[in-house]
Amino acid sequence: MLDNILSILIFFPALAAVLGFAIQRDSIRSYGVAVATIEFALSLLLWFMFDANASGMQFMETLPLVPVFGINYILGVDGISVFIIILSTFFTLIGIASLGEIKKVKYMIITLLFLQMTMTGVFAALDAIVFYVFWELSLVPMLYIIGAWGGPLRIYASIKFFLYTFTGSLVMLVGMLFMAYFYYQASGIWTFAILDWYRLVLPENLQLWLFAAFFVGFAIKVPMFPFHTWLPYAHGQAPTIGSVMLAAILLKMGTYAFVRFSLPLFPDASVFYMMPIAVLAIIMIIYTGMVAYAQKDIKQVVAYSSVSHMGVIILGTFALNVEGISGSIFLMLGHGVVAGALFFLVGVIYDRRHTKMMSEFGGLATVMPRYATVFGIMMMASVGLPLTINFVGEFLSFLGFYKQSHILTLLAGTGIIVGAIYMLAAYKKAFFGEVTNEANKNLPDLNKKELFALIPLVIISIWLGVYPKPVLEPINNSVEAIVQLMHDKAITPEAKSRIPNLINDKNSQEGAH
Amino acid sequence: MLESVNVSLESLNLITLLPMLIPVVGALLILITDLFKSGQDKSLYVMLSVIFLVVDFGALLESADIFAKNGTVLGVFNVMLIDGLAILSQFIIVGASIVFIPLSLTSKRFHEFSYPEFFALFLFMIAGFQFMVATDNLILIFVGLETASLALYTLIAMHNRDKSFEAAVKYFTMGALSAAFFSLGSMVFYALTGSVEINQIATVLAGNGYADIAYVLIAVTFMLGSLGFKLSLVPFHTWAPDVYEGSSASMAGYMSIVPKIAGFIVAMRIFEFLIHSGVVWLEVILYLFVVVTMTAANMWALVQTDVKRMLAYSSISHAGFVMAAILIGTTQSNSALFLYWVLFAFTNLGSFAMLWISRQKNIPWYQTSDHSYNKFAGMIKTSPVAAIIMGLFMLSLAGVPPFALFWGKLYMISSAVNAGYTLLALIMALNSAIAGYYYLKLIVYMFMKEPVQGAEEQVFTNNSSLPLRSIIGFAAVGTVFAFILVNPLVEFITSFVYNSGY
Repeated sequence: MLDNILSILIFFPALAAVLGFAIQRDSIRSYGVAVATIEFALSLLLWFMFDANASGMQFMETLPLVPVFGINYILGVDGISVFIIILSTFFTLIGIASLGEIKKVKYMIITLLFLQMTMTGVFAALDAIVFYVFWELSLVPMLYIIGAWGGPLRIYASIKFFLYTFTGSLVMLVGMLFMAYFYYQASGIWTFAILDWYRLVLPENLQLWLFAAFFVGFAIKVPMFPFHTWLPYAHGQAPTIGSVMLAAILLKMGTYAFVRFSLPLFPDASVFYMMPIAVLAIIMIIYTGMVAYAQKDIKQVVAYSSVSHMGVIILGTFALNVEGISGSIFLMLGHGVVAGALFFLVGVIYDRRHTKMMSEFGGLATVMPRYATVFGIMMMASVGLPLTINFVGEFLSFLGFYKQSHILTLLAGTGIIVGAIYMLAAYKKAFFGEVTNEANKNLPDLNKKELFALIPLVIISIWLGVYPKPVLEPINNSVEAIVQLMHDKAITPEAKSRIPNLINDKNSQEGAH
Repeated sequence: MLESVNVSLESLNLITLLPMLIPVVGALLILITDLFKSGQDKSLYVMLSVIFLVVDFGALLESADIFAKNGTVLGVFNVMLIDGLAILSQFIIVGASIVFIPLSLTSKRFHEFSYPEFFALFLFMIAGFQFMVATDNLILIFVGLETASLALYTLIAMHNRDKSFEAAVKYFTMGALSAAFFSLGSMVFYALTGSVEINQIATVLAGNGYADIAYVLIAVTFMLGSLGFKLSLVPFHTWAPDVYEGSSASMAGYMSIVPKIAGFIVAMRIFEFLIHSGVVWLEVILYLFVVVTMTAANMWALVQTDVKRMLAYSSISHAGFVMAAILIGTTQSNSALFLYWVLFAFTNLGSFAMLWISRQKNIPWYQTSDHSYNKFAGMIKTSPVAAIIMGLFMLSLAGVPPFALFWGKLYMISSAVNAGYTLLALIMALNSAIAGYYYLKLIVYMFMKEPVQGAEEQVFTNNSSLPLRSIIGFAAVGTVFAFILVNPLVEFITSFVYNSGY
């Protein structure tokens, strides 16, 4: 049974969701929590059985799907994907468990379970078409969540979200078909298996085109500047749970795909585009940071800060060395935890006051001390205070990119200062000072359900900030394999020098001893 | 004194006629039954039609077997041509018809179904389409085309709505023009080469190295005009939305599939050799047709306020998409055409059937037409299962994986990529994205809007009955689990297409 644990992780929630239609309306919450708990336990089991020292794929499964056309159902996880899967099951669990009083709660839980299927599928798929299937399918539950439970502009926001990503993905699909065709030309075999594609060395000009095609799909998903305009709308209109899942997991699909596809498949193109992408990433970090400062709506502050941090992740990924990529993957997890928690926290206050305007608040620290404490910790984590989870990822990302360019890293570093400014300013406006608004005088503090969601997130963000090793080490092992692969595959001298050769480095170090 | 013709029956190979004769016999039998005892219930005729179609399908399986063993079979003075294309397209024609005809077993009464002539005409029409695809003789193609079209015009006119008659007349006049184009095109070809057989024409034209290229282009233009009408390529599409709107939803769904596959086969037979001969002009013209049809139809679909009209324009766009296969002209693209059309048949018949079961006798005040978008507002509240199934069909039409049409699109775009049509592949992908919007619009109405105040509750399953629900269920299952079907289909289709030399 455990040989197929990945398939179980993918399809168990889907099956449970279908059965969920038959559950009575009043019992659906318990059902949802039960299913999500089992799913989370299974993902922990996956971690438990995961060999942290191996760099390659584990728990591989292969099943022919359309063998004549080289499409196979291939699954597998390595250190890069395993933690994102666990993060996604975790967020589904606390998301369902802390679900507030909303209408049509049954459909919401069923939708979340379907979403869980697509998320696990994306991160476990090792066949480009299977990956694409889950990637696209993940749009549908999200479309429904935003469109059915969102704010006044929900329909506009959900359609914008869907069409933006759908268009990008179709361009990416054409890129995948080209990739398969080039592989076919080189080897005479049709295959969409990523691990087979890794072995194909493409000439540089083809790499540049294919990189661009994949980039359109991934960059819209991340979303990178200037494709980010759908995200504030989606966050602004989405219900709390929608924003949480979007920020915590769905955005990570884009950055994960960069690591899984773009870097190892097109090492020369990655080096070629490194600086332009870094510039875009820095624009993201600073510009959206400034935009965040200008927001009056607290949810928009969190949304723009989320985009800003995604910029750091991109920067780390395109450092193209072990520190940068490991850091960016760690930051994906950190950002998931922190941004997810912040959206939860915004949701808490929205449930009580039905407004997200900062001007409406002020002095909440005296009324809701527990809420203010949790918010404070999460805000510090978001800013990247040392000993919190984001610090590790940000530091490593910057360290990695520092090796490629000092100036750009320095610029990006100022973005962190901007981040501190807008976060602290927002915190000050909402939590300190006198309670000016009558409506805020008697707000209840966090209740049990909310604490159930938030306490684990606080624990994680401090635990992994203090002691990141259990997570960072497996990530590091897998990243080393990818970087070495990139170095070996690179054709141009520029790329050879930019992407470190790990084997030589190790040998020379040992020689020195 | 004429010489006596001496032909052995053996050499006529009459077995090649068998699949077409079965529906003809069935049609005659239905008429005879009516002579003996008239006024019988429609269920009798439906079941008779289904039986004959199933037998027809069996005969096709037989000829598929023969083809797999012996290759292409000629018969009846070499007029009949049973190759892989003929067999595959007949499978689609007959298969779709088997699914279509039980759609007349509605719970509401529609007067067209009470006439046995409806079913007789229907079977004649199928025979016509079968003749059309199973020959490369331009005259027989013409005869088949006209038999089928005349029957179809009548079937449309029999529907009891104001607009049906308008639709039938519109279709008829356009069809007459297209028939004229077809005969003119054939005439020019005959004048050039002295033959009406497509392979003969190809041989003669290749022999003299396309010396009379101007005349060839004239002939091709006529042919393109004629087939363009049948396939509703822009700018010959103008009839399609009105005709779809005027005919019953089930008939509209049928029209979007069966006549078109027959048209595609003829187009494939005529244009394939021309494209491979390097007539650049033709390639340019076809390229334009494909791109304009895909894109323009998509744009029009965006602004429709009626779901049926939207689906009509979307069918036009899909036809343009599939026409790309003929432009690309590789074995893979031609196989992709069949794959696409099989999967499209599932989804499109399903979605039109969904409209069919929500058919109302009278249009309430808030609806501007039979199936205006706001009719479907808040459908998830009143009939969730129907809404989910309809949503599924829409997602499939939009090409969201893993639903049926995604695999067709994947294979089609891949064939464009492999043949070096990079720009075309991108245009196809972007058009799928544009199309996403109008399919999404229906989903938005169904899932995210509130129902119109005072709307009837039962409207979405108004017209449903067990056979209709079974067919929709069948289509839905086919749409969701298409990924299992794809591999055997691709293998089967590719071997048939390849062995026919396309």
